[in-house]
Amino acid sequence: MIILVAVLVLGFIAGSFGLLLGYAAIRYKVEGNPLVDQIDALLPQTQCGQCGFAGCRPYAEAIANGEAPINQCPPGGEQVIVALADLLGVEPEPLNEEHGEHKNLPMVAVIDEQTCIGCTLCIQACPVDAILGAAKHMHTVIADECTGCELCIPPCPVDCIVMEPLPQTLDDWKWEPPRLPGETRDDDDDGEVPAHA
Amino acid sequence: MPDGPRPQRSFHLHKFHGGLHLEDHKQESTARPLQTASLPGQLVLRLKQHIGEPNDPLVAVGDRVLRGQKIADTPERVAAPIHAPTSGIVIAIEDRPVAHPSGKSDRCIVIEPDGQDEAIEFRPVDVGSADRNTLLKHIREAGIVGLGGAVFPTSAKAETAAAHPIETLIVNGAECEPWITCDDILMRDRPEAVISGIRHLQRILEPGETLIGIEDNKPEAIAAMQRALDDAALDNTRLIPVPTIYPSGGEKQLIKILTGHEVRSRHLAFEIGLLCQNVGTCAAIGDALDRGEPLTHRIVTVTGTGLREPGNWWAPIGTPFAHLVDLAGGFVVERPEPIMGGPMMGFEVRLDAATVKASNCLLILNRDHRPEERECVRCGRCTDVCPAQLLPQQLYWYSRARQFDKAEEYHLFDCIECGCCAAVCPSHLPLVQLYRYAKSEIREQRRKAWKSDRARQRHEFREARIARQKAEEEERRRKKREALAKKKAAEGGKKPAKTDAADAVQAALERVKARKAAQQNTPKNTDNLTPAQQKQIDEAEARRRQKSTEGDS
Repeated sequence: MIILVAVLVLGFIAGSFGLLLGYAAIRYKVEGNPLVDQIDALLPQTQCGQCGFAGCRPYAEAIANGEAPINQCPPGGEQVIVALADLLGVEPEPLNEEHGEHKNLPMVAVIDEQTCIGCTLCIQACPVDAILGAAKHMHTVIADECTGCELCIPPCPVDCIVMEPLPQTLDDWKWEPPRLPGETRDDDDDGEVPAHA
Repeated sequence: MPDGPRPQRSFHLHKFHGGLHLEDHKQESTARPLQTASLPGQLVLRLKQHIGEPNDPLVAVGDRVLRGQKIADTPERVAAPIHAPTSGIVIAIEDRPVAHPSGKSDRCIVIEPDGQDEAIEFRPVDVGSADRNTLLKHIREAGIVGLGGAVFPTSAKAETAAAHPIETLIVNGAECEPWITCDDILMRDRPEAVISGIRHLQRILEPGETLIGIEDNKPEAIAAMQRALDDAALDNTRLIPVPTIYPSGGEKQLIKILTGHEVRSRHLAFEIGLLCQNVGTCAAIGDALDRGEPLTHRIVTVTGTGLREPGNWWAPIGTPFAHLVDLAGGFVVERPEPIMGGPMMGFEVRLDAATVKASNCLLILNRDHRPEERECVRCGRCTDVCPAQLLPQQLYWYSRARQFDKAEEYHLFDCIECGCCAAVCPSHLPLVQLYRYAKSEIREQRRKAWKSDRARQRHEFREARIARQKAEEEERRRKKREALAKKKAAEGGKKPAKTDAADAVQAALERVKARKAAQQNTPKNTDNLTPAQQKQIDEAEARRRQKSTEGDS
């Protein structure tokens, strides 16, 4: 008798937990792979396609599925590789230079408005709608929205788009790291600090 | 006193955590009375002298401007216009070195004074009848910013604060940093302007009480302010001498001393019913409303061991630092180090840069050989002196290792960069520079994150739009196909309709044929020509031929 009670009680508990879990699985179902979102959040969103995928999200999906290594993003550079390695628990690797070089300065596309013929090809190429214009009318780049992906350059039939470094304002200026003990830096010899050697 | 006896209750002062007793070096520059600075050869006015949106120039090169004329402004709310400090010619609007720790250049309006000092007509404001918004508008138009160093536009600050009930207005005359004496001299020389500005602020903010905090190492300033305060007979306004301890002039520190309240991390004083204004700002408000004069001049302390005759000057904003050095008798040291601000919180500037609204002091020290930095010995003295109650040592380790997220968790952004930790550090670690570096790195990361979020949104929107357009196009095609199929089916039922259509096509074809035949006929008007007409036609033909051959060659 006592065994029967135990079996019934345990069976009831198991059954109710089963129902609870089943309900939770439906109620709190996560659509898509949350890892993709986390990876996508780390990528620089230039949508440049230098990684070989059609934008940052497809690359994030490929990384999440283990189909692509984490070192194919030139605009992100080492910083993104380290962040991705940290997220995924893998060793960081150097940037695969086949996909392009990391540029330290942020770049922006500039259209030479004298040469532009208004063909709209660059507008169609821009992944973030940062080029403004209409057919047979001058086009221009909205510099604040440009990610510097360079996708507008190849389609231009008159080669009137050039990449220029984004002008730095004093609000973007950064303090230099100070000289700290136990660190050697080759760029801090500004004549202000006495030589120790 | 005009009204009844005022209860002079004893005032309970509070203490903030940490802080330092520093050699104040005030008498070097207070020994001489306030002097009026001579006009320099050029006045260089940076377009952006405040926190907020940048200004656009309102004048062009070659224009003559008058003292008090607005020369740069923007329609944005959080901004303050710039005014010409004297009459003269605008000789350039270009990038010039500015008073900024980077030593870089920024857009400036350069005025060559003509020595006439001709002014526009200043219109005092009838404060008694003006409402709050009118007063705020006049404060904005006068280009007034927080002159304690933060240079946040005063009208925007007061407007935001006025939406909250303000219990206490705190007037900051502490001036705690060594060497700087511009507020001291201002309170000694023009206490009535400060008091007048306080009265106007009281009209705008309607605070329950007003407390004026002045460090007790300025007895002359305290006496002068007390006299002016008694004359003005302001209600519920008290002058409170506070103990001299650095950094009592920090906003949160002075609030703690006077009220005992602590402003929480990432929160602002007005959220707990407090507002802090510097005495210089108050005087500027007084001048702007009583006399109608915008902010074009300020007192600058020019001092330090490196100068022959330190003192305070009433100088036009935009005066090059080199000119101030000349006024103070030139350098007496071999390797002068020019610093804007004080020795604790100031930064090195170039001498060819010019003063801005924030320039309270030009300090010239001898560029000493700095003691060598050694490794942190974990003594914890930085923690004892930190007035923000942070853990400078943790911030040091995390900033150094570039673990900025950790540094943020340890409230890096509550650091007021007062320099107490670095001053007591036995290893001479450049802690403030390290925190400034870490803060600017974090700010850049935030900017980048913001930008990439925006790019992601725009990209996703574009993808969605392209997909939608494709779907719409597909839908249109499908509808058209269906409509055609329907029509065909309908026509299939009615034979005569089809013959009608065929007849119509036939008729149209015949009409076209007839028109073509008509066109092939020779022109009727060339028959039966007179010789004169024929000659004219021949000449025209010849001209036409000649033209076409010219065009070919």
